[in-house]
Amino acid sequence: MQTSNRVRGISVENPLLQINHLSTSFRIGDQYYRAVDDVSLSVNKNEVLGIVGESGSGKSALAYSIMRLHNRAKIEGEILFRGKDIMTLKNSEMNKLRGNDMAMIFQDPLTALNPLMPVGNQIGETLLLHQPNISKHERKERVLELLHLVGIPRPNYVYEQFPHELSGGMRQRIVIAIAIANKPELLIADEPTTALDVTIQAQILDLIRELKEDMHSGVILITHDLGVVAEMADRVAVMYAGEIVEIADVVSLFENPLHPYTRSLLNSVPAEGQDRLHVIQGIVPALQYLPREGCRFRERIPWIDPSAHEEHPELHEVEPGHFVRCTCFKQFYFPDKREEAGIYGNS
Amino acid sequence: MAILEVTNLKVYFPIKAGIFNRTVDYVRAVDGVSFVLEEGKTYGLVGESGSGKTTTGRAIIGLEKVTEGKIVFQGKDITKKRARTRELNRNMQMIFQDPYSSLNPKKRVLDIVAEPLRNYEHLSKKQEKMRVQELLELVGLSPESILKYPHEFSGGQRQRIGIARAIALKPKLIIADEPVSALDVSVQAQVLNFMKDIQKELGLTYLFISHDLGIVKHMCDEIAIMYKGRHVEQGTKEDIFERPQHIYTKRLVAAIPEINPRHREKQFQFRKEVEKEYDAAYDDYFNKDGLAYQLQKISDTHLVALPEKG
Amino acid sequence: MKFMWKFIVRRIIITFPQLILLSVLLFLMAQAMPGDALTGLIDPNVPEEVKEQRREELGLNDPWHVRYVDWVSGIVKGDLGQSFRFKMPVTEVVTDRVINSFWLSLVTLVFTYLIAVPLGMLSGRYNNTLLDSAITTYTYIGFATPIFIFALVMVWVFGYNLGWFPTSGSVAPGLEPGTMEYYLSKFYHLLLPALSMALIQTVSTVQYLRSEIIDTKQKDFIITARAKGASESRVYNRHIFRNSILPIAAFFGYEITTLITGSIFVERIFAYPGMGQLFIESVLLRDFSVVNAVVLLFGIAMILGALLSDIILSIVDPRIRIK
Ligand SMILES: Nc1ncnc2c1ncn2[C@@H]1O[C@H](COP(=O)(O)OP(=O)(O)O)[C@@H](O)[C@H]1O
Ligand SMILES: Nc1ncnc2c1ncn2[C@@H]1O[C@H](COP(=O)(O)OP(=O)(O)O)[C@@H](O)[C@H]1O
Ligand code: SF4
Ligand SMILES: [Mg+2]
Ligand SMILES: [Mg+2]
Repeated sequence: MQTSNRVRGISVENPLLQINHLSTSFRIGDQYYRAVDDVSLSVNKNEVLGIVGESGSGKSALAYSIMRLHNRAKIEGEILFRGKDIMTLKNSEMNKLRGNDMAMIFQDPLTALNPLMPVGNQIGETLLLHQPNISKHERKERVLELLHLVGIPRPNYVYEQFPHELSGGMRQRIVIAIAIANKPELLIADEPTTALDVTIQAQILDLIRELKEDMHSGVILITHDLGVVAEMADRVAVMYAGEIVEIADVVSLFENPLHPYTRSLLNSVPAEGQDRLHVIQGIVPALQYLPREGCRFRERIPWIDPSAHEEHPELHEVEPGHFVRCTCFKQFYFPDKREEAGIYGNS
Repeated sequence: MAILEVTNLKVYFPIKAGIFNRTVDYVRAVDGVSFVLEEGKTYGLVGESGSGKTTTGRAIIGLEKVTEGKIVFQGKDITKKRARTRELNRNMQMIFQDPYSSLNPKKRVLDIVAEPLRNYEHLSKKQEKMRVQELLELVGLSPESILKYPHEFSGGQRQRIGIARAIALKPKLIIADEPVSALDVSVQAQVLNFMKDIQKELGLTYLFISHDLGIVKHMCDEIAIMYKGRHVEQGTKEDIFERPQHIYTKRLVAAIPEINPRHREKQFQFRKEVEKEYDAAYDDYFNKDGLAYQLQKISDTHLVALPEKG
Repeated sequence: MKFMWKFIVRRIIITFPQLILLSVLLFLMAQAMPGDALTGLIDPNVPEEVKEQRREELGLNDPWHVRYVDWVSGIVKGDLGQSFRFKMPVTEVVTDRVINSFWLSLVTLVFTYLIAVPLGMLSGRYNNTLLDSAITTYTYIGFATPIFIFALVMVWVFGYNLGWFPTSGSVAPGLEPGTMEYYLSKFYHLLLPALSMALIQTVSTVQYLRSEIIDTKQKDFIITARAKGASESRVYNRHIFRNSILPIAAFFGYEITTLITGSIFVERIFAYPGMGQLFIESVLLRDFSVVNAVVLLFGIAMILGALLSDIILSIVDPRIRIK
């Protein structure tokens, strides 16, 4: 399979966002280390791309790179947004895109809001920046509409409130209102519900889904919760140690997970009729200690015969639209050889 | 046999206000809950944040003053601090939520794990070291770790240090307050497996506090659902997950993400219906202050807070 | 808003015990000092019986709490006693000095912030650059230099050597109060002492502002602001500077304490007739009633300063209002 074909396989015609060979490196000591390593993926309009992986896999680093929000990182590769490489944009041009055409929802809604600014003004600022011509009055009207849209009761009252006066769920709604104020075409949500209770999580995910339907936006949904991905995503990318190890449509990924990492993750969440959970040995290594040669996941499945591993695992398309970084995954098994839990094997 | 019996427990925190900081009202963090823990079982306490789970746990272990009610542990009334004998205290331990802040960063693992031993047992330095090494081995950490400091461990390892400390005195009851909420899925799996293992080995009883229903379902035999300081429903795992009766429980169960993507439309639909039912029936299930009614028995194991009118 | 008022009222109520404590301390101090109110009023050679009679008349032999109440009500009416050096009521001695000190403090404060705000912002925004190092070096020097040495150097260089500024007094002699020249001259006399004090006193504010900015810079809500598409200058002006300056605005009241200590040295060196100078002179000459009055006024200024700070803070930071 040729590279060009492969890249096209991951993407579709005219994707909203097409990332090619993106690498993001952080400086530690006097050396740069890649936290995102040669990632290529695409997002279409009206599509939710889920990104899963343990913490430290590079999910946030990837999201921040797309928004170009990193301060001191070295970023290489192409980020084509509506066909145009935004890596070449000047800061002022980038500012026109951010908050307008592409927007982000952050994980921790308390720290993501300015503690000394009434929330109404924080939402209004996004409007002011991208639609400077609308009147102050009209802007306030729009903010009130947005507050209503994200399900905040008594918008007039909340408009004047400060973040600390609101509950976690309310704050996350404010963060979302900021993100959707200008109807972005691309919405990146970095663990939007991790800090919230399940019932609030369900409401927030519902809201994101509805907004996506309304605006036909492309959504990148980052999470470490496989249940959230299963409910929300159209396609899923599994990230480990800065690389995408598997990418597939959501049903294939859950019913026919191939990469050992994907299978391990799925097997570590509690499921029906499972007494013991699978434990992925070891931890995601710190950036400086990531194995850069060969498969990065290899050291966490030491019971697999070393000769079974591939020298330089690459993403291969094993089924249309289903890519795995490895050809030798067929030899993978769990150490106690018991049945894998989960929903796959068709249900 | 019941190891712990909590009857009509109330823990109120005063709210001070006004210019002279007088007590104007109370936060009714725990507002009359009763439940019984059977020995060797895991009892789950579930609810949204602020519902009073932590306060319940802290009151049982004696970290919070009981406003009203009764706590009986191993047949002894321990509601009053004075009634807590050393023997009873050592039989009850707590594991905290945050493995990053619950361990003193300036102490070595040896000192952290040995602390309860020093309080209760008079061991020589050598014996103490051996006991700590045994404990570390039991929680799957290398015995050489005793001279390390908490920051040298990952989150999951730290949580296991916390567990080693909690089981050092071979307690009978462990109150685990969101023991895995701060951990990644894979690490979560490790800690949960481990908690199950030592439960079998040491015959432990757990009061397992969590807001994650998936984990509670995995861990617990019996479950109580808590809302605004009161229990809205109690029952076996099956009662709660398969036959939820209270509208609040139904909504909570419906909110669990569906792991099978093929079923998600169905799940959304179901959730919408439950939400509708919740909105429609809210006034039937909660009193005018938005609080749950008294629990009523609907089967041998299953209790639901149904309106008094019936 | 309701919370804010409650907070302010409560805070003001707390001020009363502070004032009472201050007055009790001063009263005890006054009692402990040699001599009494009579000492400044009467010829020391008057026979003892006459003195005793006068004491009786003045109530100096009453029990202590009666005397305390008399003393406090005297102060409230503006009676601070009699200066034995000036042979006139302390109130009169102090009035002009208070006005002079007030202006000196005000100008010093203005300078302090005029220097601190731009330096702190630059150094915080461009931290770890050459500019930042230069500013930080200045703050270290400022910390290490005692104010009286620095003031001496300033007088010597700009007053005596270059002759740009007057070296003593608060106004050129012979000017008619109320004229333009009179006020200009007053201002001219203020400049050098105020600048000397400000240049030293400002360094803590510079450092505080710098670290506050560096801290705020890496807060999550700054990333939110960038993600909205705010330009770098807007991110700084709207979010970082605002949030960093507010806590500093609150320290404004506490600066009064620093000012008072500074002024004691600086007024002496510049022979500027303010409270600080009066304090030193009176201590040296054992004019205790004046010392007491000055300490009382300093104390009140500090208590009001702290009150002011807390009120500003409660207005500025919505999180405090809740408590
Ligand atoms: N600004 C930074 N400087 C240095 N290392 C960083 C920085 N941001 C993230 N990293 C490192 O990059 C890796 C990926 O981090 P992150 O993208 O936050 O992971 P995730 O979002 O998947 O949890 C981690 O090892 C993390 O420590
Ligand atoms: N020490 C305390 N003082 C006052 N209020 C408290 C205190 N501890 C907890 N609360 C309040 O009691 C309620 C229950 O809190 P908590 O038991 O921590 O809930 P949970 O663990 O279910 O999240 C909350 O409203 C909380 O704000
Ligand atoms: S079998 Fe393939 S995917 Fe698995 S660890 Fe080895 S190289 Fe990696
Ligand atoms: Mg992240
Ligand atoms: Mg809690």
